[in-house]
Amino acid sequence: MVEYRIDRHSGVATYVQLVQQTKQALRLGLLRPGDKLPTAREVVEATAINPNTVLKAYRELEREGLVEARRGLGTFVRRGLGSAPADSPLRTELEQWAARAREAGLDRDDVAALFTDVLDKHFQGDPS
Amino acid sequence: MTDTAFEAAGLGKRFGRRGGWALRDCALRLPAGRVCALVGPNGAGKSTLLALAAGLLAPTEGRVTVLGTAPAAARARVGYVAQDKPLHPQLTIADTLRMGAGLNPGHWDADTAERVVAAGDLDPKAKVRSLSGGQRTRVALALALGKRPGLLLLDEPMADLDPLARHDLMGTLMAQAAQYGTTIVMSSHVVAELEDSCDHLLLLGGGRVRLAGEIDDLLAAHARVAVPAGTDLAPHTVVESRTTGRQLTALLRPASPLPSDWRATTPSLEELVLSHLRNPDALALTPAHEEAAA
Repeated sequence: MVEYRIDRHSGVATYVQLVQQTKQALRLGLLRPGDKLPTAREVVEATAINPNTVLKAYRELEREGLVEARRGLGTFVRRGLGSAPADSPLRTELEQWAARAREAGLDRDDVAALFTDVLDKHFQGDPS
Repeated sequence: MTDTAFEAAGLGKRFGRRGGWALRDCALRLPAGRVCALVGPNGAGKSTLLALAAGLLAPTEGRVTVLGTAPAAARARVGYVAQDKPLHPQLTIADTLRMGAGLNPGHWDADTAERVVAAGDLDPKAKVRSLSGGQRTRVALALALGKRPGLLLLDEPMADLDPLARHDLMGTLMAQAAQYGTTIVMSSHVVAELEDSCDHLLLLGGGRVRLAGEIDDLLAAHARVAVPAGTDLAPHTVVESRTTGRQLTALLRPASPLPSDWRATTPSLEELVLSHLRNPDALALTPAHEEAAA
């Protein structure tokens, strides 16, 4: 199950935040094919956002083929995203690298800048 | 059944024969299932409009329809919470809910009403007069939600509530809308607080409708631009403009696509509302005006 967190001051449209957080959960393997997304009622009760915003986000995820709505049952994950589950060896290496960066005296912004730079170099032109 | 929850045409209300108009020429249509923010400065006519929809005031002119019928005939399906949250002070909370059950035979949702009260940690045996303003609001909302209304009219429902209760009760209202398709109209001064919960806006100013429609459509119909001072903004409708040094910033209603070097951005709901409130003479944008122009 995924729990959504809405940041009112992010400047990102609320439904886009829901889409992004769902994708993030899919990438990290927190949501897997067959899992059920929370119902619109559950999401709005917890976040106090408009029900249509949730439906809009779910429609967008459905349009991208990531989830499917089953009548009367709910919305289910159809496929995962990427191959970077939360417990992969790549993550372990990244964790170790981040720890070393911190030991070397880099702060959060330094690390983010470095990471983004390398990311840009290796994934130039790829769709994000 | 009807797809329109609340409709008004030429609606006006004047208090006393020599009094001023609290509301005038009000035309609006709210589709069923929407959550509508009713916004406007003090004295704009918000409470008057809600009381007209609830059937507690009679219009001086024009007509108002709720759930496809006259307000008085729809009363059993309409929940209304007035600004002063009227309750019987000598009753206990439990008695108040029992009264709700007795007044709404056949459609009383005791579970929801009790859950709303319980979420506020209130003792059912406490008398209403011993409650704080915010606690009273909770009981009044429990009573309105227990009725399981098709249309919920809330006059400043969040004003007395602490941030936690506000979030909790707004969540409860949204859950009601998600589950039963309840149409909700709520007034507030705090636009930011409504932005994520409402999908429809009704902005009143000076007793008239200034903006009405889906929030996404209203935002998309406006643009904030920053251009060199002296730029001619015609033929676009200018809601507000300000020149600072060499720069002119404005909130526009574009008549055609804007030049790409105008650095146009979509305004936030709060910016849109504030611009219109600061400029009461700006042209109104309502579906009625679009129809008139078409």
